[in-house]
Amino acid sequence: MSATASYKQGSAAGRWFREHLVLILGIAVLIYTFVPIFVVVLMSFNDPSSRLIYRFDGFTLHNWLNPCEPEGMCGSLWTSIRIGFLATLGSTILGTLMAFALVRHQFAGRSAMNLLIFLPMASPEIVMGSSLLALFVAAGVGGQLGFWTILIAHIMFCLSFVVVTVRARLAGLDDNLEQAAMDLYATPRQTFWRITFPLVFPGILGAALLSFSLSFDDFIVTNLNAGNTTTFPMYVWGVSQRGVPMQVNVVGTVMFLISVVIVVGGEVTSRRRAAKLT
Amino acid sequence: MSETVRKRGSTGYFLLIPGVLWLALFFVVPLYSLVATSLFDPSGSDLNGYEMTYHWANYWDALQSYWQPLVRSLAYGALATLFCLLLGYVLAYAIAFKAGRWKNLMLVLVIAPFFTSFLVRTLSWKLLLADDGFIVNTLQFVHILGSDGRLLATPVAVIAGLTYNFLPFMVLPLYASIDKIDGRLIEASSDLYANPFVGFFKVTWPLSLPGVVSGTLLTFIPAVGDYINAQLLGSPNQRMIGSVIQSLFTDANDYPAAAALSVILMVLIVGMVLFYVRRAGTEDLL
Repeated sequence: MSATASYKQGSAAGRWFREHLVLILGIAVLIYTFVPIFVVVLMSFNDPSSRLIYRFDGFTLHNWLNPCEPEGMCGSLWTSIRIGFLATLGSTILGTLMAFALVRHQFAGRSAMNLLIFLPMASPEIVMGSSLLALFVAAGVGGQLGFWTILIAHIMFCLSFVVVTVRARLAGLDDNLEQAAMDLYATPRQTFWRITFPLVFPGILGAALLSFSLSFDDFIVTNLNAGNTTTFPMYVWGVSQRGVPMQVNVVGTVMFLISVVIVVGGEVTSRRRAAKLT
Repeated sequence: MSETVRKRGSTGYFLLIPGVLWLALFFVVPLYSLVATSLFDPSGSDLNGYEMTYHWANYWDALQSYWQPLVRSLAYGALATLFCLLLGYVLAYAIAFKAGRWKNLMLVLVIAPFFTSFLVRTLSWKLLLADDGFIVNTLQFVHILGSDGRLLATPVAVIAGLTYNFLPFMVLPLYASIDKIDGRLIEASSDLYANPFVGFFKVTWPLSLPGVVSGTLLTFIPAVGDYINAQLLGSPNQRMIGSVIQSLFTDANDYPAAAALSVILMVLIVGMVLFYVRRAGTEDLL
């Protein structure tokens, strides 16, 4: 084939480039995803000359030393953390139970169940948010929107993601291990807590982290059902219209660092465990 | 993997009940309230209460007033999905086949930036695309943009923002499907004298279709409903449907119109998703 022949000729550099072209492009896309993060980190050290012009004017540690200086920011952050924690707890428990039922138990109406779990993930947030608001208003609690209505909404939209994540982990489990435990006279309870649960746990942990970040980051559903309560994304939305304090970027940087520590930490422990087993 | 034996008995129902109740009460019933609200008489208000008159004209009125942001949202969502597919495929392919022992690290790096708040990230695009910023100046220098051309407050900025923010929803399902492809099939195609392009379109692409379908859905659906990018990076000329619904609810207090628009959006999206999934022949994904 002449095409293949000419492909194999050419300079060594050209060949190296052709062989690694996809990898180079992939890394370029990856760098693109990090560009805004560099801006967030840079701006967290910014000393702005005016509140209205959003650009880098000079270096300062002021924002890092006074993170709670902008009025209302740390309060909104605390609200988001509390809601995120409770929404994670609620959705992880409910979702894990559902995942176990779906993989391990028989029940009538399986396809309806799959649809019920799939639909919230396939609905635009604005539809979920507005329908919940319609319900709250119809139920006469339209005047009491706030912390609890946000929490209800967050558990609802995190739930499906938990079910899907835990179900994938459970379905991929080798049930020979459980069979072996039973053969060695472990009671069902012992088998569950010593074999099944530890094996599924990484999936549950992953689902919990996903829930927290979904809840912490949500704006559209929250904004419709928040009443006078302000979460961190709502705070940022508000200040984006009247001048952004640089401390917002401090929060952004800290969130990025925490997530890196968690994902890299997870990676390291799973590698260590794998090394121990071999 | 052996087929797991599913236990009989009532335990399954007990495990399901709490979650199902939650979804029924706070997802299904609200959809019903939404449809009911969309048929209320528009003469009412949230203070005096609404009257149910099966006022179907709400739908017609909403479409007439807001068809532009509706069509715009679908178009922006579709374009952003297309760009996500292009960028995401390259990245997912590189991680699955070319990254070697850096595979896990690259996967972590794909997700890491997206743990930083959505709004904070979008604000930093606002800075990057600003009128006297580096990107605009460069594009002006090479005459892609005119000397007074700008990116902020244009559809380009909004679509770029949507593409950026929903990229991981594309990359992860794509990666999951591409990673499962047996590399020997691609080798076989090249042994049979298929050049790399033919090999890609006859082997890799068809085998990655499940990932393509779920990735495009996971990108398109939230992108159409999003209004954060349009609001922060665009101008009122780029207003999207989510923003219209939000302000009809909270600013104008016109609940029936807002609910009608919301129902229209939901029906359009479900319709498009079903059509698309049929066409791609991947119904069993649902």
